[in-house]
Amino acid sequence: MPIQRDCTLVAKRQVGPNTWQFTLEAGEMLARTRKGPGQFLHIACGHSRLLRRPISVCACGEAEGAAFLSIVFEVRGEGTAWLAHREVGDTLDVLGLLGNGFAVTPGGRYLLAGGGIGVPPLYGCAQFAQGKATAVLGFREAGRAILLEPFAKACEDVFLYTDDGSLGKQGYVADGVRAVLDKDKNFTAILACGPKPMLRGVAEAAGEYGVPCQVSLEERMACGVGACLGCAVPMADGSMKHVCKDGPVFDAQEVDWNA
Amino acid sequence: MPEVDLSVTLAGVRLKNPIVPVSGTFGFGEEYGQFFDLEALGGLCVKGLTLHPRNGNPPPRIAETPMGMLNSVGLQNPGVDAFIARELPRLQALDTAVIANISGNTPAEYGQMCEKLSQAGVDMIEVNVSCPNVKAGGLAYGTRPELCAEVTREAKAHAGRTPVMVKLSPNVTDIVTIAKSAADAGADALSLINTLRGMRIDPETRRPILRMNTGGLSGPAVLPVALRMVWEVHSAVDLPILGMGGVATARDAVEMLLAGATAVGMGSAIFADPMAPVKAVEGLENWCESHGIAAVRELTGGVKPWEN
Ligand SMILES: Cc1cc2nc3c(=O)[nH]c(=O)nc-3n(C[C@H](O)[C@H](O)[C@H](O)COP(=O)(O)OP(=O)(O)OC[C@H]3O[C@@H](n4cnc5c(N)ncnc54)[C@H](O)[C@@H]3O)c2cc1C
Ligand SMILES: Cc1cc2nc3c(=O)[nH]c(=O)nc-3n(C[C@H](O)[C@H](O)[C@H](O)COP(=O)(O)O)c2cc1C
Ligand code: FES
Repeated sequence: MPIQRDCTLVAKRQVGPNTWQFTLEAGEMLARTRKGPGQFLHIACGHSRLLRRPISVCACGEAEGAAFLSIVFEVRGEGTAWLAHREVGDTLDVLGLLGNGFAVTPGGRYLLAGGGIGVPPLYGCAQFAQGKATAVLGFREAGRAILLEPFAKACEDVFLYTDDGSLGKQGYVADGVRAVLDKDKNFTAILACGPKPMLRGVAEAAGEYGVPCQVSLEERMACGVGACLGCAVPMADGSMKHVCKDGPVFDAQEVDWNA
Repeated sequence: MPEVDLSVTLAGVRLKNPIVPVSGTFGFGEEYGQFFDLEALGGLCVKGLTLHPRNGNPPPRIAETPMGMLNSVGLQNPGVDAFIARELPRLQALDTAVIANISGNTPAEYGQMCEKLSQAGVDMIEVNVSCPNVKAGGLAYGTRPELCAEVTREAKAHAGRTPVMVKLSPNVTDIVTIAKSAADAGADALSLINTLRGMRIDPETRRPILRMNTGGLSGPAVLPVALRMVWEVHSAVDLPILGMGGVATARDAVEMLLAGATAVGMGSAIFADPMAPVKAVEGLENWCESHGIAAVRELTGGVKPWEN
């Protein structure tokens, strides 16, 4: 059950060009609304904007007896630009934790597939897997790579891909997923987050190798809680589901990739 | 000072206070019921219903605008029968008025839905003749007086004792003409305004943000238009009005009441702050208290227009 809370910004760090990591004090929000890695926050970005911005939880937990949440976001437009100007000590008006995260079970072997700003939400999955996850991470170029160290520490293996080959191998995340599955397809599931074309590619690869795949989708949102039906995504069976309430994580086979 | 009487009567239905979340912004109440007690509300309008289930429009369905938003949800809903079976019992158990919002493809469909909803015991039926997001019916009924009258008569003929409120579109040259046609055809109340047609474009891709190209504008940006229209209709037609469009605060609600509304709808503002309706109720009470108003209904139509 989601709640609204004024969360204090306790740490702010630039992690890439135009990309910021915020640590927020979470109070009772975590204990009351946490379901699993991959949930998101709906953050008010100033009084002059009507709609909140959905941002995924990157990591959460307890430090020095206080619950915290971290988010990583890229400045895309006005709302995220406003957010990037907040300073330590400011409070953010947050709805959270929203949606259902990835369906993960203790002891599972997970292959994480992340592209660009889709990488941070998978960090929670890496932590959950307690060092046993494999990650394929893709970025446009070396200068835009984020969270490499945390993933290196939290995963068994990390394979890097860039569009231009400036870091790791040249190629796309789906190529990396295929390369991993070629050697070993004994994964409980692939967990993927990133731009839609990447997700489609990963879903295809998962289908080819017969490995279950969960994808975290994006859609424009108003309410964030399932009331306005704004964030609809078409499903393969012809029905509509909603990213905020039914997702943001869906089984790749449910999704209508041609919509 | 005695307590402020916040209750109002809208077409014979008593609301404990004038604040009502509006159709399409509040689902069937369940989601926001997680944030506050729905019994704090005067009533609630449920998501627009159709005779048969509808999937709605393809995404993107939402675009932000300066202090507002566009939507092209397109009346996605489970259909009137599923609403009555699955959602209504939970809502009826609450001490708040339940207003069912309906859209039809033909006047006969409006009649059929009214019959079902009236038998199921909703407190009021809001007839949407004004949704800009569906191709058949919808906006056409709301822009042509004779069609609006026909739909109103059909709804009244099948609604039994359940009051019928006709929801007007702002996308017309003269809203008073349409309001009068609904009144003459027997409407018990009017609600206004529905969304204004609008558009946004991504300059990079040259594509409209909405997959349907255009959608309906709502939120604080439309408040002045809504106030003007409520004022015009209240001045010309002797029916109670549920005034809506851009209301976000108690102060906005006071303006809406002064313009001529009996009760006040809130929609898009809830997306920014889920507690907005509750804050508006509290704020109204405080405002009345500090202004020596004993009953909120005294405010309705209380604007003092300049003589010109
Ligand atoms: C479930 C979910 C999780 C997300 N997690 C992250 C994250 O962890 N880090 C991150 O950087 N970004 C994330 N995003 C994308 C982020 O929400 C958008 O980049 C952000 O809303 C852009 O806002 P803006 O005001 O800067 O851009 P503008 O283009 O000025 O925004 C205008 C409107 O469009 C909406 N919008 C624009 N792009 C998107 C988009 N891609 N998805 C949804 N709405 C959009 C905005 O919310 C706003 O309502 C996530 C999106 C979703 C749906
Ligand atoms: C997402 C969304 C969905 C809506 N769906 C409906 C609907 O199904 N039926 C209807 O009569 N009005 C619908 N409306 C219009 C609202 O009920 C209301 O008339 C309008 O939004 C103006 O109020 P506001 O500015 O407070 O939101 C919808 C509005 C929004 C924003
Ligand atoms: S954003 Fe309102 S239903 Fe998902």
